[in-house]
Amino acid sequence: MYGFEALTFNIHGGYLEAIVRGYRSGLLTAADYNNLCQCETLDDIKMHLSATEYGPYLQNEPSPLHTTTIVEKCTLKLVDEYKHMLAQATEPLSTFLEYITYGHMIDNVVLIVTGTLHERDVQELLEKCHPLGMFDSIATLAVAQNMRELYRLVLVDTPLAPYFSECITSEDLDDMNIEIMRNTLYKAYLEDFYRFCQKLGGATAEIMSDLLAFEADRRAVNITINSIGTELTRDDRRKLYSNFGLLYPYGHEELAVCEDIDQVRGAMEKYPPYQSIFSKLSYGESQMLDKAFYEEEVKRLCLAFEQQFHYGVFFAYMRLREQEIRNLMWISECVAQNQKSRVHDSVVFIF
Amino acid sequence: MKYIDNLPSMDLMRSEKMMFAQLIIPVESAHRAVSYLGELGLLQFRDLNEDKSPFQRTFVNQVKRCAEMSRKLRFFKDQIHKAGLMPSPHPDSQPDIELEELEVRLAEHEHELIEMNANSEKLQQTYNELLEFKMVLQKAGDFLVPDESHSEETELDENVYTNSDYSDTVSLLEQEMQPGPSNQSGVKFISGIICKSKVLRFERMLFRATRGNMLFNRAPAGDKILDTASNEMVEKTVFVVFFSGEQARRKILKICEAFGANCYPIPEDTTKRRQITREVLSRLSELGTTLEAGLHHRDAALTSIGFQLTKWMNMVRQEKAIYDTLNMLNFDVTKKCLVGEGWCPVFAKTKIQETLQRATFDCNSQMGIIFHVMDSVESPPTYFRTNHFTNAYQEIVDAYGVAKYQEANPAVYTIVTFPFLFAVMFGDWGHGICLLLGALILIAREKRLGSQKLGSFMEMLFGGRYVLLMMSLFSIYCGLIYNEFFSVPFHIFGSSAYKCRDATCSDARSVGLVKYRDTYPFGVDPSWRGSRSELPFLNSLKMKMSILFGVTQMNLGIIISYFNARYFNSSIDIKYQFVPQMIFLNSLFGYLSLLIIIKWCTGSQADLYHVMIYMFLSPFEGLGENKLFWGQSVLQVILLLLAVIAVPWMLFPKPFILKRLHTERFQGRAYGILGTSDMYNDEEPDSARQPHDEEFNFSEVFVHQMIHSIEFVLGAVSNTASYLRLWALSLAHSELSTVFYEKVLLLAWGYDNFIIRLVGLAVFSFATAFILLMMETLSAFLHALRLHWVEFQNKFYSGDGYKFRPFSFAALTDDDD
Repeated sequence: MYGFEALTFNIHGGYLEAIVRGYRSGLLTAADYNNLCQCETLDDIKMHLSATEYGPYLQNEPSPLHTTTIVEKCTLKLVDEYKHMLAQATEPLSTFLEYITYGHMIDNVVLIVTGTLHERDVQELLEKCHPLGMFDSIATLAVAQNMRELYRLVLVDTPLAPYFSECITSEDLDDMNIEIMRNTLYKAYLEDFYRFCQKLGGATAEIMSDLLAFEADRRAVNITINSIGTELTRDDRRKLYSNFGLLYPYGHEELAVCEDIDQVRGAMEKYPPYQSIFSKLSYGESQMLDKAFYEEEVKRLCLAFEQQFHYGVFFAYMRLREQEIRNLMWISECVAQNQKSRVHDSVVFIF
Repeated sequence: MKYIDNLPSMDLMRSEKMMFAQLIIPVESAHRAVSYLGELGLLQFRDLNEDKSPFQRTFVNQVKRCAEMSRKLRFFKDQIHKAGLMPSPHPDSQPDIELEELEVRLAEHEHELIEMNANSEKLQQTYNELLEFKMVLQKAGDFLVPDESHSEETELDENVYTNSDYSDTVSLLEQEMQPGPSNQSGVKFISGIICKSKVLRFERMLFRATRGNMLFNRAPAGDKILDTASNEMVEKTVFVVFFSGEQARRKILKICEAFGANCYPIPEDTTKRRQITREVLSRLSELGTTLEAGLHHRDAALTSIGFQLTKWMNMVRQEKAIYDTLNMLNFDVTKKCLVGEGWCPVFAKTKIQETLQRATFDCNSQMGIIFHVMDSVESPPTYFRTNHFTNAYQEIVDAYGVAKYQEANPAVYTIVTFPFLFAVMFGDWGHGICLLLGALILIAREKRLGSQKLGSFMEMLFGGRYVLLMMSLFSIYCGLIYNEFFSVPFHIFGSSAYKCRDATCSDARSVGLVKYRDTYPFGVDPSWRGSRSELPFLNSLKMKMSILFGVTQMNLGIIISYFNARYFNSSIDIKYQFVPQMIFLNSLFGYLSLLIIIKWCTGSQADLYHVMIYMFLSPFEGLGENKLFWGQSVLQVILLLLAVIAVPWMLFPKPFILKRLHTERFQGRAYGILGTSDMYNDEEPDSARQPHDEEFNFSEVFVHQMIHSIEFVLGAVSNTASYLRLWALSLAHSELSTVFYEKVLLLAWGYDNFIIRLVGLAVFSFATAFILLMMETLSAFLHALRLHWVEFQNKFYSGDGYKFRPFSFAALTDDDD
């Protein structure tokens, strides 16, 4: 498993690893979250954040703040950091970094396609897209009428093109199709990313395969829960699961036939790592599942920093920052809507 | 000893005496009092609310308001910068205004500006659209030329044939174009304008979307157009797309929208087009003047803001600092007074009291501000009053570590020793003069350079201008002693003491010269240059000199440790640290220095290496021919014994004595803790007096002492050796400059060719400037720095204090907000 990457890693990756570890130390701590949760107004949040690394990004915002502004500026910081790292990176790290954004790209494609289906304004949709998943001709997605056109017109130029090979149909786009497309794309993306990491070898492969397997399993569970009670057949459902991960292949067989949440639970509890997640939930409940998964993910991502000389830290950092932005969004929303009692519901402490 | 104690205290020798003071300020005069203190800048407040987060503090709203105001001011600054105006503070600007008024005015100005910007942006948008329309009309019109359908066709064909990739497109187009004149074929077109950077992708997308059934023509638009979003001029390209069919039209329009291309319909008819062009042109000029007027108006508004901007920014910055400071204060029990604590120098006590009285008076407050001195367990901050000249030297010392409170300050000695040790390594009076000129230029422009922002390198150079001055002066001095001017010796102080053996001087290099008159009065005799024994002579001189300097400086360090111990009344340190250290160093290296001086004075041929080495190896044997003075052997044995005794002397007694003192102090004081807690009962809970816990851990103290002793004993040898860098660097410098002088300048001068001479001169001057003046200065500087930080300061300097940072408006800078 271990090569001699420690010997040569620092030639190309050392500088950026140092940078990313420095970035990580700027993540908000539990003390910060405690202070943030006590805020009365959005201005208080701004004031508190101005003492953190978000300071320069928020200082020029005029005073009646909105949650969206805060989130936008925080995301901008992440994007700036990402761009800085990408500009400094050499192969294969640059490819690795690009892989991280493909997930956002898929989400953006789906967002625009769904939006145009419901005849929303393209500019408005573009503003909602995640800036990490932007590509040149994204606005042209609105022109496409079906999958084939989507592929032929726009996506053939993007890195997503190979993932499309499984879902090119001439069917018209509708909500169901789009959702299936998203999951098929995601499946292909995760498998591709997984293969790429395996090819890199060493500690990167080891750590990333763990993180990606967790991601794949979480998606499998989510797909199962979301497709309960829809017209998706068992075989179709089975096809959407990624072909790796802890659940592959026997867990998938069981998940594919699940008809309610308790069956999912039964299938998942056979796997020790997921047992602890499900044991926190009471029977029949799926609301808190997201948070439980997020907490588990954050724990695993933090562990990625315990080892040196691998690329997993970049992935982990990006994910942790995104989680932090989700936390900030939740806190600001709670503060803005005076729902402070619910503020702890969805905040996942990172440290 | 009496004499020393009675000397007047000098500012820099030890840091200022500080005191811990408590202020009780009535709420109504708090703001004014703090602002007056900020102007005075001599009180460092302690944060009494450390456990509170920023938005739980008392004056959080005011801080927020200040932050908001400074945001507005940044907005103005940004706007002024964007408009390309130079904000210059007006000399006789309007009278001071209150903060509240300023807030209102800022809000007004911001509102006004935003409105103006929005208006002009709208106008600019329309103007841009018209401008683009005009361009499209001009350029796209050339593609159409509808009146002569024949020429259009050929032009189209030509355009198509140039793109050979589109071979199947051609046939389709031709089929469509051939049947008749343009209008009947069903070919329609869309014209518009798009950013130049997007045009290729745009074309590709159109090609894909219409499956190649289109024709794309483009021409660069003449002028650049201002992009309102990014405020930059962008280049655009005019395009005309020919296509057929309604579905294609919808698709193309969507793609245009997605790419941000603006489409403008143009009539095919030439006369109509001319008419529209005329209309557009007239509206353009109309809009242009409106836009101009709007911009003018805005610039005027910005300029009037610009006059006041710096002042306002300072004011807001000060206000914010005041409220930040007020946030460090506590309310007392009655909630009518604010309680603050902080450090101030003792000499400033009356000044602060006067200031506070003034504040009370100006506020018409009935209650005065109470200022009283308390005692604190915390170690006070270190504060040196420096001036332009001494500041840089203090910085050099502080870079290693800030002095402990009231510790002897090495900066005083550094002022002379640092430039001197530098010069020993950099001795060349030609180079010294170059440095001197540089330093003088910096000092002459002090006022101008001090007020402006410099790059990091210039900043460093400027900060160290007085160090540079002293370094250059000492370099000239040392250069005169070494007798080197760009490595060339001069007969400044009379003629040489040596002459050739015969008139031809043929054997000067091999056999040598004869001394025929008195020794050269100052420095090195110029005749040594180039002689056979030049290097052995200079090396021996410089090496011995280095050791003398080193031993002297290290002795100075140990003596300073004596004054420190005296000052802090620690007789243990004097008896068991200072005395054995003195004995150890001087019995070995002090003796060596003595031998060097005796050898110089008597001109003896004794081998000092031999003397020193056999002093250890066989101390009881005679010295033979290396004997320098009577009783030397006996003295050596005594010195060796002293050195051997000195080691356990500095190692063992101190920790044991400390232990005895500690047990004595706490003997029979089983109830001591109760007593102390009683003492603290009547105090304010928020004072700085925390109970002081004094654990005595013998093994730790002993290990510490052991490390110290070993370090000193080994250090005595290695530090002395370390001073030999003075010789090494000085040798390197003179050899390097000799090489540049002889192998470049003289070599080039040997040719009778003007160009070669010029090249030689250029290479020589570049090498001198960059290698000798810059690199060598830097390296000599660093070595001098090391000799001070390590070899000198480790003898006495603990450097674990912290700096005095008073609350002062003068210290606020731009990057604070």
